Amino acid sequence: MNKVYDNKAWLLILPMLALVAFSAIIPLMTVVNYSVQDVFDANTRFFTGTEWFVQMLNDPTLQSALLRQFAFSLTVLCIQVPLGIGIALLMPKKGWQASAVLILVTLPLLIPWNVVGSIWQIFTRGDIGLMGWGLRELGYEYNITRSAVDAWGTIIIMDVWHWTPLIALLCYSGLRSIPEAYYQAARIDRASRWAVFRFIQLPKLTNVLVIGVLLRFMHSFMIYAEPFVLTGGGPGSSTTFLSQSLTTMAIGQQDLGPSAAFSLIYFLIILLVSWVFYTAIMNMQKDKEGGA
Amino acid sequence: MSLILENIDHVVNGATHIEGVNMELAPGSFNVLLGRTLAGKTTLMRLMAGLEVPTRGRIMMDGRDVTGVSVRRRNVSMVYQQFINYPALSVFENIASPLRLAKVASADIDRRVRETAEMLRIDHLLDRFPLELSGGQQQRTAMGRALVKEADVILFDEPLVNLDYKLREELRDELRTLFSERHCIAVYATTEPGEALALGGNTAVLHEGRLLQYGPTEEVYHRPQDILAAEMFSEPPINIVDGRITGREVHLDGGIQFPLNDDLRPLGEGDFRFGIRASHIALHPQAADDLSLEMRVDLAELSGSETFLHVHNERFEMTVLLEGVHEFDPDDPVTLYVPTHKVYAFDRQGGVVHIPAHLGGL
Amino acid sequence: MAEITLRQLAHSYLPSPSGPEDYAIREMDHVWHQGGAYALLGPSGCGKSTLLNIISGLLEPSSGEVLFDGERVNSLPPEQRNIAQVFQFPVVYDTMTVFDNLAFPLRNAGMGETQIREKVLEVADVLELTPQLKRKAKNLTADEKQKVSMGRGLVREDVSAILFDEPLTVIDPQLKWKLRRKLKEIHRRFNITMVYVTHDQLEASTFADKIAVMYQGQVVQFGTPRELYERPAHTFVGYFIGSPGMNLLDISVKDDQVRCGEVVIPVAPKMRDMIARSSSDNIRLGIRPDFVEVFETAEEDSLAVDVVNAQDLGTYSILTLALGDVTLKARIDEDQVTPKGKAYIRFPQGRLGVYIDEYRVETDHE
Repeated sequence: MNKVYDNKAWLLILPMLALVAFSAIIPLMTVVNYSVQDVFDANTRFFTGTEWFVQMLNDPTLQSALLRQFAFSLTVLCIQVPLGIGIALLMPKKGWQASAVLILVTLPLLIPWNVVGSIWQIFTRGDIGLMGWGLRELGYEYNITRSAVDAWGTIIIMDVWHWTPLIALLCYSGLRSIPEAYYQAARIDRASRWAVFRFIQLPKLTNVLVIGVLLRFMHSFMIYAEPFVLTGGGPGSSTTFLSQSLTTMAIGQQDLGPSAAFSLIYFLIILLVSWVFYTAIMNMQKDKEGGA
Repeated sequence: MSLILENIDHVVNGATHIEGVNMELAPGSFNVLLGRTLAGKTTLMRLMAGLEVPTRGRIMMDGRDVTGVSVRRRNVSMVYQQFINYPALSVFENIASPLRLAKVASADIDRRVRETAEMLRIDHLLDRFPLELSGGQQQRTAMGRALVKEADVILFDEPLVNLDYKLREELRDELRTLFSERHCIAVYATTEPGEALALGGNTAVLHEGRLLQYGPTEEVYHRPQDILAAEMFSEPPINIVDGRITGREVHLDGGIQFPLNDDLRPLGEGDFRFGIRASHIALHPQAADDLSLEMRVDLAELSGSETFLHVHNERFEMTVLLEGVHEFDPDDPVTLYVPTHKVYAFDRQGGVVHIPAHLGGL
Repeated sequence: MAEITLRQLAHSYLPSPSGPEDYAIREMDHVWHQGGAYALLGPSGCGKSTLLNIISGLLEPSSGEVLFDGERVNSLPPEQRNIAQVFQFPVVYDTMTVFDNLAFPLRNAGMGETQIREKVLEVADVLELTPQLKRKAKNLTADEKQKVSMGRGLVREDVSAILFDEPLTVIDPQLKWKLRRKLKEIHRRFNITMVYVTHDQLEASTFADKIAVMYQGQVVQFGTPRELYERPAHTFVGYFIGSPGMNLLDISVKDDQVRCGEVVIPVAPKMRDMIARSSSDNIRLGIRPDFVEVFETAEEDSLAVDVVNAQDLGTYSILTLALGDVTLKARIDEDQVTPKGKAYIRFPQGRLGVYIDEYRVETDHE
């Protein structure tokens, strides 16, 4: 059987392949290279195999950073997803209001990430920051450099402010694709607002939410610029997340071997969690379809 | 330009969409693909176009094997159910688009587009945009785009299904006239037997991926090869009753019997399935040897000048098409007369074994 | 119970309409009586879906009144109107089972579970959905989903009218028969007012006791399928009902004879006088293809025609004939011989209709 396809299209991919090779694949290979060797200088290197990996996995600093990271991701997800859905439900669908609200909602997403950190850092200062000063006036001794609770709270609020719009936008587009007839039928069936949400809107949003949650998880797990600019990892190490630990190790301490090893572990954790989540959701959907 | 499909099989993800199809389409012919939704009509057309490659089998155009040839290099065009036009281009540009891609000279483009538009009666809309037009006009624009290319094969995938009933009738008539003068092969998919009859040409009856019968439309309609083809290609559905022939009589399910006539005698004894068309059954006997049936009315559907009567007895149901308006209430008893010379007979596996004499016999 | 009255009802989607073209529904008065099966028939864009949405409360009319049993309900939302609506595309709650789908309206109304169960089983039985009750609605076929949509309208005890918006659009032709039958059974059994919107005249005729034919925002005729068929009041009704539609010939009176172009048409004296009296220049003679008598040889009062085309449609054939410059169609039984080349036709006097300015004018003898 002859399957003759036009293969010239493959050639068009070459430039992009080269680009990806340079910017991603070769550096990745370099990291792998470093992770299995101990490099003293250009000429002295010893093959260490899995030694760095083992060391990293047992390092208490990294372990606590990992726990902090999970706690952070989980917390922001739990807040952002319902909040995002809620905002999407409230956004108007027609007229100039729709465009205006859309722009307002999207603004936080457009700000460069370290600028986000700076904005909030100034915002929370006791002397010139609105929030910092305001809270102090109200009697609360707000200080992110001294109180771990304050630092955590602020980081979470900052992330929610920064990234909820993404979920809101995804849900908004998901909601827009629901045909009007469904709402009309629900009105005729005298369904309550909650029933409409539960039986019409939520099921149709599932696909969009999967994408949203996956993106948010991956991203929040890798967060670096915002908390670093805001708190510097402090007070102490209460807000030091994985990426920061890694950077300190790699650049600050120049421990290339261990940090390379840890980068790979970091990468694999994200991959694993995402894969588990995705497969679980896909299986859940399949069960629904197969049901008799 | 002939189109031949040889032993086509098409399997997608383990599911067989097309099985063992052999068809030879003559140049200049108008062919209807008739079947239910999911019978394989769209898949078959996509294979003919080259949008998909069959798992097994060959497709030949004009004697050349084009099985693996991509659609771009086959000279085909397609009209879809959902009036597909380029929304940002005017009607003129829409129709001209294939010619522009083929780098035809401007003056020629102008002439051909105007000719095609005039043929489809949209020449006064050439400057408008598709979204400003009505459904019928949008579909005509899509057809214009398909026709102007003067392709060897034009495929229509249920193009009129989203249009009003009356508009459908009109466009169908126009299509017939349009194609009577062309040399290309036209393939038209539909789920309605009435449409196949109205379009004429040849009909291929498809069911669950298999080709049941292919031939001139009237032939396939009046002389089905098996029960499935008869059922798929009749509206209202042909009535089927099980029965048996013994020495002198035909016994039908439910204790009904009538004397064996000369037409059915050659069948010999055995179990058969008998078919009678809804329109042949009447309220009054037409001939001396008509079979009378006592039935009960389920429902009488009145339609203008005809009545569709749904009846049943303890063993089987029937649908009868009566001329004139006859009002019945549900559960009314009614006596119907079946002309025994217009009965079809099929064997237990469904193959046709007897076709009424007035249609030419088997 | 619901007798639905439309009084001076008009609707425009534009905030300040200027002329009749801006109106989706032009001023109309109409009554739908309790328990009737009605069809709203017309081509797309004639305003039938708008009218349906006004009746169900999904749309508020820009002028005029909608009355349910004499009470004005213009601003009453659908939830309070005791109506149910079935849409073109099956609307089911995917995540719920068929049982829960049917029970949904009742649960929203706060009915007790035992009562709900009883009602759901009854309706499921009528619709032949009982084997599917435990399945998730998502997995059903299109016609089963549509039945579930209908079922949700039937379970409610307070429903006095069900409105159908082209409900059989997505259904396979073979299954349309079964569903139509089901609808008639339901109508008979539950005695609810049913209004069925469609553009398919066959569907309308088989379903409805009376059909309202809509054209450009107005009801041009409201009658039984038979009346619409035998005595269309408007040329549009003649054209729209029947397959193929009515033949309409432009005629004028010259030298005391009714002529179509150059051909003289034999017409009863009273009819001819009536045509001669009219001052309009838009006079047409209408006769349905089914009533045109076709002969192979000349008969008394017959006209010679050329057979342009013959279409075999199984149970009957359609002949396209040329009478001078004019084309018309005739329908003959499958038993009749199809003439070739030349033929002779005759118009039975009782089947002719005269249309002046698009509306039918009755002559005294009719």
